[in-house]
Amino acid sequence: MSATTQPALTPVKDLKVAARLGRGRKRTDLIIRSLSLAATGIGLVFLASILVTLFVKGFGAMDLAVFTEVTKPPGSEGGLLNAIVGSLIQVALATLIGTPIGMLVGTYLAEYARGSRFGDVVRFVSDILLSAPSILIGLFVYQLLVLPFGGFSGWAGVAALAIIIIPIVVRTTEDMLSLVPNTLREAVIGLGAPKWKMIVLVSWRSAISGIITGVLLGIARIAGETAPLLFTSLGNNAWSTDLSAPMPSLPITIYSYAGSPFQDWIELAWAGALLITLAVLLLNIGARSLLGRGK
Amino acid sequence: MSDQATTSARPSLGTMQARSGAALNEAKLAIRNLDFFYGAHKALKGIGLDIPARQVTGMIGPSGCGKSTLLRVLNRMYSLYPGQRAEGQVLLDGENIIEEGVDLNALRSKVGMVFQKPTPFPMTIYENIAFGVRLHEQLSKAQMDERVEWALTRAALWSEAKDRLNTSAMGMSGGQQQRLCIARTIAVRPEVILFDEPTSALDPISTLKIEELIDELKRDFTIAIVTHNMQQAARCADQVAFFYLGELIEVAPAGQLFTAPKHPKTQEYITGRFG
Repeated sequence: MSATTQPALTPVKDLKVAARLGRGRKRTDLIIRSLSLAATGIGLVFLASILVTLFVKGFGAMDLAVFTEVTKPPGSEGGLLNAIVGSLIQVALATLIGTPIGMLVGTYLAEYARGSRFGDVVRFVSDILLSAPSILIGLFVYQLLVLPFGGFSGWAGVAALAIIIIPIVVRTTEDMLSLVPNTLREAVIGLGAPKWKMIVLVSWRSAISGIITGVLLGIARIAGETAPLLFTSLGNNAWSTDLSAPMPSLPITIYSYAGSPFQDWIELAWAGALLITLAVLLLNIGARSLLGRGK
Repeated sequence: MSDQATTSARPSLGTMQARSGAALNEAKLAIRNLDFFYGAHKALKGIGLDIPARQVTGMIGPSGCGKSTLLRVLNRMYSLYPGQRAEGQVLLDGENIIEEGVDLNALRSKVGMVFQKPTPFPMTIYENIAFGVRLHEQLSKAQMDERVEWALTRAALWSEAKDRLNTSAMGMSGGQQQRLCIARTIAVRPEVILFDEPTSALDPISTLKIEELIDELKRDFTIAIVTHNMQQAARCADQVAFFYLGELIEVAPAGQLFTAPKHPKTQEYITGRFG
């Protein structure tokens, strides 16, 4: 403790050593910085090249017929109307079904199952589902809804997309609810409020913008899913809003048109790809601005 | 162990009053042989304490001594968390509130709580207060207006808040928010109010206001306050309980505990030797 027991310090700092160490640090900094910049550059080049190609080809193929005409045989002036509407219907229904389920599961995990073994299992399963290959989910629904009910259907597509969005909503709901401070919960409980009231009026209210963000990102994800629809709603070249029959969708149409030998189909595929990209972009921007406003 | 703790199995108020000479009221809350567990960890050991009606009981002691834990037993806040449990008796007007089957919502409407950090709800000032009232009563709009004004007046906030009742409570200053939380608590018209270090996040002026408020509120409410601030305990409390390592070391009228502590640990703590 006393000054006499401390080891003696060199009285003067060796400036040469300091300068050498400083140069070394600067060199290391330069190397790391260059590597990081180079990696960022590579990533950006690919992204930019994809986007530029997509925008050039997509806008080039875009005309009014894309939105007014249904898909037609090659050579005749066709559009994507049925695919757009089919996608909207399936994504909307999947969101309507998946969001409440996901929100309630996330609420269960965050509010009721803290520290419980069953909660841990549910969370684990949900996280696995989150990263499960979507084609597996398509095959699962194929076994569950397509084979027993005798055919591909819009409902099967809706089910597959709902299964994909549920774990996304579960995750964000739980994350957002766990950000709500416990003191706020205790304040509500301390007034004599039942737990469900606490959840609805305080936890959800505090977390809602984050939850909606999660839902928007989930919609962005399922809007572009192709594999799960291949085995479920299959696609349909005619106008169809009948959910018990095969249903057209943008990703499936892009998938089949892009691989076709017909120039006009390939162009429509570019237009469809641009539409989906723009929709996903808008959803992401919306999600970001919501999250920013919530803070 | 204090005299109070060891004799707590029988009503001890009479002897305590005789010993101190100060007038403590009849017990509103009587804690008897209370043990508390966080999982396997025993955080409170054989606590026996009377909390006199319409007076202020201060709870002091170093961090981790169990004073906040005890406060959270009194409104069963711990029941929110699995793995926490209490054994023994906490009698509110003679009824054991830590038994199974107690209506917790009704209990919490009788035993309100104000927290360390102000916790306004993300709603308007008016709604913050009406929220708690609506849980337990059905009032007309006029009655609710009256109740909100009453609560804000009692919390010394009416003059500052009356022109902005419909603005968000989140825009108020920290001291105002804490008084709003007090207003919200008293609006439910509890019998007991628990304060868990209510001024530790506030500046000296706001602290003074809250202390004056506590002094005023004890005319109608039984008050228990946990504080790290010994001056605050001396200023506010009629009775002070000193806790150490989960045990109640000493409880006495405030004047007596601070001027003539009986237990050496109390002496050490209030003179700042540890804690």
